[in-house]
Amino acid sequence: MGSFFRSEEMTLCQLFLQSEAAYACVSELGELGLVQFRDLNPDAVAFMRKFVNEVRRCDEMERKLRFLEKEIKKDGIPMLDTGDNPDAPVPREMIDLEATFEKLENEMKEVNANSEALKRNFLELTELKHILRKTQTFFEEAEIHHVQAMHDPGLTDESMGLLGEESTRHSQALKLGFVAGVILRERIPAFERMLWRVCRGNVFLRQAEIETPLEDPVTGDQVNKSVFIIFFQGEQLKSRVKKICEGFRATLYPCPETPSERREMAIGVMTRIEDLNTVLGQTQDHRHRVLVAAARNIKIWFIKVRKIKAIYHTLNMFNLDVTQKCLIAECWCPVDDLDRIQQALRRGTERSGSSVPSILNRMVTRQEPPTYNRQNKFTNGFQNIIDAYGISTYREVNPALFTIISFPFLFAVMFGDFGHGFIMFLFALYLVVREKWIIAQKINNEIFSMFFGGRYLILLMGLFSMYTGLLYNDIFSKSINIFSSGWRPTDPKTGAFYTRQVLGDHNLQILQLDPNSSFQGPYAFGLDPVWASTTNKITETNSLKMKLSVIFGVCHMFFGIFLSFVNHRPIDIILLKLQLKYVYSLKMFTLFKFYCSTSFTCMSVYLENIHSVISSSVTMALKLTRQILPLLQSEFQGFLVFLAAISVPWMWLVKPLYLRHQHKYGQEFDFGEVFIHQTIHTIEFCLGCISHTASYLRLWALSLAHAQLSEVLWTMVMQFPLRMNSIAGAFFLVAIFGFWACATIIVLIIMEGLSAFLHTLRLHWVEFQSKFYSGTGYKFHPFSFEDLTDYSIED
Amino acid sequence: MLSCPVCGPKLSVCCTILSVWGIVMLALMGVFYQIHSVALFEDIPLNHTKWEEDNFPLEDVHKAYEQTGLNCFIAAGIYVLFFFFSCWQQRLNSKANYETS
Repeated sequence: MGSFFRSEEMTLCQLFLQSEAAYACVSELGELGLVQFRDLNPDAVAFMRKFVNEVRRCDEMERKLRFLEKEIKKDGIPMLDTGDNPDAPVPREMIDLEATFEKLENEMKEVNANSEALKRNFLELTELKHILRKTQTFFEEAEIHHVQAMHDPGLTDESMGLLGEESTRHSQALKLGFVAGVILRERIPAFERMLWRVCRGNVFLRQAEIETPLEDPVTGDQVNKSVFIIFFQGEQLKSRVKKICEGFRATLYPCPETPSERREMAIGVMTRIEDLNTVLGQTQDHRHRVLVAAARNIKIWFIKVRKIKAIYHTLNMFNLDVTQKCLIAECWCPVDDLDRIQQALRRGTERSGSSVPSILNRMVTRQEPPTYNRQNKFTNGFQNIIDAYGISTYREVNPALFTIISFPFLFAVMFGDFGHGFIMFLFALYLVVREKWIIAQKINNEIFSMFFGGRYLILLMGLFSMYTGLLYNDIFSKSINIFSSGWRPTDPKTGAFYTRQVLGDHNLQILQLDPNSSFQGPYAFGLDPVWASTTNKITETNSLKMKLSVIFGVCHMFFGIFLSFVNHRPIDIILLKLQLKYVYSLKMFTLFKFYCSTSFTCMSVYLENIHSVISSSVTMALKLTRQILPLLQSEFQGFLVFLAAISVPWMWLVKPLYLRHQHKYGQEFDFGEVFIHQTIHTIEFCLGCISHTASYLRLWALSLAHAQLSEVLWTMVMQFPLRMNSIAGAFFLVAIFGFWACATIIVLIIMEGLSAFLHTLRLHWVEFQSKFYSGTGYKFHPFSFEDLTDYSIED
Repeated sequence: MLSCPVCGPKLSVCCTILSVWGIVMLALMGVFYQIHSVALFEDIPLNHTKWEEDNFPLEDVHKAYEQTGLNCFIAAGIYVLFFFFSCWQQRLNSKANYETS
């Protein structure tokens, strides 16, 4: 049997590894990625295991690397990703790595601490600089007020500032104290209100915004701040003001009282800022150099550390034998790959220089092996659809194989339009052709990677939609006449073509054709294009699509029941049951099918009678059924009903009775339970046969909806510019075509495509797979270096 | 020459694709109108009452077909211009991208 039809045959193996060779062997197996190790000490807590120290050291190294990575990202240095995959380093290299990382981390920390201190210093100095500059203006204003108040007696008390008033009245008697500082801008209103309330309006606050945002040294954010200065009187107020400032996390700076001192201080501050700037620049340069050097290697380091960690994590699952000389492991591996695994073990032993070979021993077990389906990039997307429903039981028939064809086909039945299918095909073709380039881009967009993962699925869906679109003769809801139509409008009485004369004489708007005289023969491929210009197009395509969808559904489900045959061994008791199941459903379905074809006949006869136009395919079915069916139909149908009637009790009763017969002597056997189980199963199956068939009608419904929607879009949008009888129509056409194209992509391709996809998914999961698929297995997770993110000490 | 592009990198790619589609489809439609394709009968500027009064002359129909066909060709031509425009925008964008990186 092909490997994709069933999952791989697996075997449980025991591995005996010399303790000095174990590391190298596991490393080789990790590169190979074909072995799933079982945890032999599941009860042991993480910290009681043998190599817990090594795993911890790796964790520590990883933490350091992450820290470095964060710093590198913060500086926006590109990390070199050469894409090469270094081997897992030997254990003694771990010490070197540790030393390197330790050194780098310490250096980074030191640089960071230094630069933070410098930055804090720098911030303080800048704030001080701003304070000196702003307060200068406050003091100058006060001065002017003072002078004005003295020289301008007309100025009333109200119009003068509080400060001016105070200072004129008390300048000799009381000395005003003040504090100056910097506060976050958003805290100003609350700060002001608080000051006013607590000091009962006896302080005077002036504030000015600092125009340039300052950098917070701890977080690195840009913050807006304001300079303030508070004037007050007396020690008590001073202590209150200071407390409030503290509470609002304002920083206070000493500010000299005389202008000359302030000027001196400002000059001092400026020079210190300049000095600091040069030192800061040098620190930044140094940091940058260190990080650039680290960025060159960091990806490689990450891979190395994670590999070591994965190896030790795996070694922790092994058992130590009594002599402490050798490690014992148990693992699942595919039978076909045993040779390759042996080779890898030999390589590992050689590399470690051990003289005793490692031994791989197959074991017999009653445990359920994991399910392993070999995949390539093409089958991957289809297997994912199945796995999303349930991982197949070990060695069960894998529906993914059939899904490759049936999924795009059923999708296309609902999405049948050549134009839409072609666009979808081109999109998928682009993804497939530029595959390598897109993978190299490493796009992390979830929606895009979903489309990209299913690119082959979309490609096939597009191709099949093109095919069904041609069958339905729909290209953006227009039909095309390739092989000339099978209909000739001939007069049944004379046998001559209808001419304009006849139309004029009878004043006919709509012409009814008699198939007996007008129908020349079926159209070569698909639906006759003449249907596009008939008035009963929907009636006709409806009945056609409905019958087709039931036939497809019955075939699909039949196929599922056949597969359930393959799923079980012939001698099995279940066969008995299944046979009945098969017979029963065969009846049910054939019944339906014959009913269908009879309805075909009736319908076509009916159509014929009313001189309506009928489709070629129906006519073909008609000719066929007219010849064979009437002879046998009623007898055959009666026979089928009889078989269906007896197969229900058979399916219901035989299995429990047979089981009871088998268990008559000896073991206990709960007949009641088995009986009830079988009853439920029978009812479920019988009802399922009917309801699932009806469920396939969604093929018809969605196909109809899609065709109608695209037709409506054309008539509502595109017809307007096309029906313009002047050159202006061309310009309208340009604009409206753009709109039509966008609407086609968004509504008809993306939205309709998604809905058709979901319905197809349902048809496969529920209607098809319920017939044979149990999906109770568990997936084979080989120990592999390809996916290194999962190994941590916690699990 | 304009150095800063009018539309961004993604928009210009979209416009290029749209204009290619427009050129192909409108040109094909133009051809179909020229050969008087029956499927497009509903999409021509034909005054049905007048046509009926004149006892269904075929010349009217042909004229209407050719008029719309001509419109389609003109629209396709406009899309050709639009195509060159968006290609140019795309080049400007990629150049700008190249310079910044």
